[in-house]
Amino acid sequence: MEMPTKFTVSASPHFHSGNTTGTIMADVLIALVPAGIMSVVLFGQRSLWLILISVVSCMLFEYVTRRLLKRPNSLGDLSAVVTGVLLAFNLPSNVPMWLPVIGAFVAIVVVKQFFGGIGQNFVNPAIVGRITLMVSFPQYMSVSRWPNPLAIMNQADAVTSASPLSQLSDGSIPSLTEMFTKTTDYDPLSMFLGIRPGSLGETCIAALLIGFAYLCFRKVISPVIPLLFMGTTVGITWLFGQNPYYNLMSGGLVLGAVYMATDYTTCPINFKGKIVYAIGCGLITAVIRLWGGMPEGVSIAIVLMNILVPHIERLTTPKPFGYIKEKKEKSA
Amino acid sequence: MNQKYTQTFTKGIITENPVLRLCLGTCPSLAVTTSLANGIGMGAAATLVLICSNVAVSLLRKVIPAKVRIPAYITIIAGFVTIVQMLVQAFLPAINESLGIFLPLIVVNCIILGRAEAFASKNPVLLSAVDGLGMGVGFTLALTLMGGIRELLGAGTLLGMSVIQEPMLIFIMAPGGFFVFGMLIAAANAIAQKMGKKPVKSVGCDGCPNHGNCSGCDQPAPQENQAGGEGQ
Repeated sequence: MEMPTKFTVSASPHFHSGNTTGTIMADVLIALVPAGIMSVVLFGQRSLWLILISVVSCMLFEYVTRRLLKRPNSLGDLSAVVTGVLLAFNLPSNVPMWLPVIGAFVAIVVVKQFFGGIGQNFVNPAIVGRITLMVSFPQYMSVSRWPNPLAIMNQADAVTSASPLSQLSDGSIPSLTEMFTKTTDYDPLSMFLGIRPGSLGETCIAALLIGFAYLCFRKVISPVIPLLFMGTTVGITWLFGQNPYYNLMSGGLVLGAVYMATDYTTCPINFKGKIVYAIGCGLITAVIRLWGGMPEGVSIAIVLMNILVPHIERLTTPKPFGYIKEKKEKSA
Repeated sequence: MNQKYTQTFTKGIITENPVLRLCLGTCPSLAVTTSLANGIGMGAAATLVLICSNVAVSLLRKVIPAKVRIPAYITIIAGFVTIVQMLVQAFLPAINESLGIFLPLIVVNCIILGRAEAFASKNPVLLSAVDGLGMGVGFTLALTLMGGIRELLGAGTLLGMSVIQEPMLIFIMAPGGFFVFGMLIAAANAIAQKMGKKPVKSVGCDGCPNHGNCSGCDQPAPQENQAGGEGQ
């Protein structure tokens, strides 16, 4: 007797949540919208063009490389779009328009597709794109050239000014109490709203936190990594006498912790692993900020910890209930 | 007979290119190829030493006892390196300046030692000289390519002439060196595959292009006896 054909037998899982790479990436993109809007508000129309160029070149490189390598087209999973947006968010608004194209090539072709495409990259593509640009074109990417949004809005000639980040590294920052009682270069509210020199997407902390809340609400990311990452950096720099508010609000800490450190491919799966990873990221960032030669360490910290993820994962794999470790047989 | 010589010469260029296929001499290849002139200079110096040492080792191959062959080879090579270094210092002081420590370090370059061990100690003089020339040309070509690409992209110049206005500095730094090196290895593997060679997969004796040609292969060799195992 034959089985009825409708009765299919298959291995679990039997129910699909409906989540695909595409829907998750779409959620990330939605979470990035507030920061994107704020970047245009703060830095002007030019930032919109930079984001567009970055996204389009990422998609183009993704399509062409996969075509040349005879792999199936993967534009639909939107991961290239997310990489493009994040890459643009990591650039100051006054870089030349061709800069994101080179960054996109490094991110998509070198970091992502050379290693096998989505899910196979060993470090975060957008961050490596940024680091490559930072190392290759210091004349455009260095902190001292970052434009100040106030100057852009007032259409002043002198566009750049000391950013909170460079103040951190040369030690001329006000203390926490001074900040809330006296007038300083950057008052707490304007730092929270992003009115300070910086990369496109990193300055407006308020917008980034809205996106963070949305991602947590949609359960796209767990808040463990971002909170521990930011907490460790702020805590350590505070211990060493730096203004904690300045440390949280300056540089790319929030952007990196929420959107880059939580990339599925390059962060640990286990809870314990996530803790180790996030604290490691925070620690390296703090060390670079306190004693390093560079003003910013978030991207370097994330890349370093990305590389360690397989080892963290191996050390933190949970033991199944009742599992007894097998004794090694003595080799003859 | 003629064919044997051409084969010995051409194998060093692609199929057994010392840098790109055997992965020997990686350290000088990465360190000195920040400019085209450096690449050519290093390649030429190493080629000269390689030919001379191959000839000398081949001439002495029946005299040198097996037990002390490595010190003997090193002494021969060091002699020729000293000659080359003095010549470069005298006639090309600029190249000497930019190659720095890597010029005397040719003494311990594993390509030269590897060819002495794997080829010159078993083959007649003329063939060894041709082998040295082929390997040297392969080494020079690889370094010239690497130096050219890195100088062009990293400094925007070629032999000092300005070509690109806004260079990508990373190419003359270490990460760029590794990147270009990897790309060239991939390209050399692709070409060698088209020529019918299998891609090098294993690091052991089986995957070694010197397989069957090297003294380490005959016995179940201790690791340090393999020609490919000595990274610099």
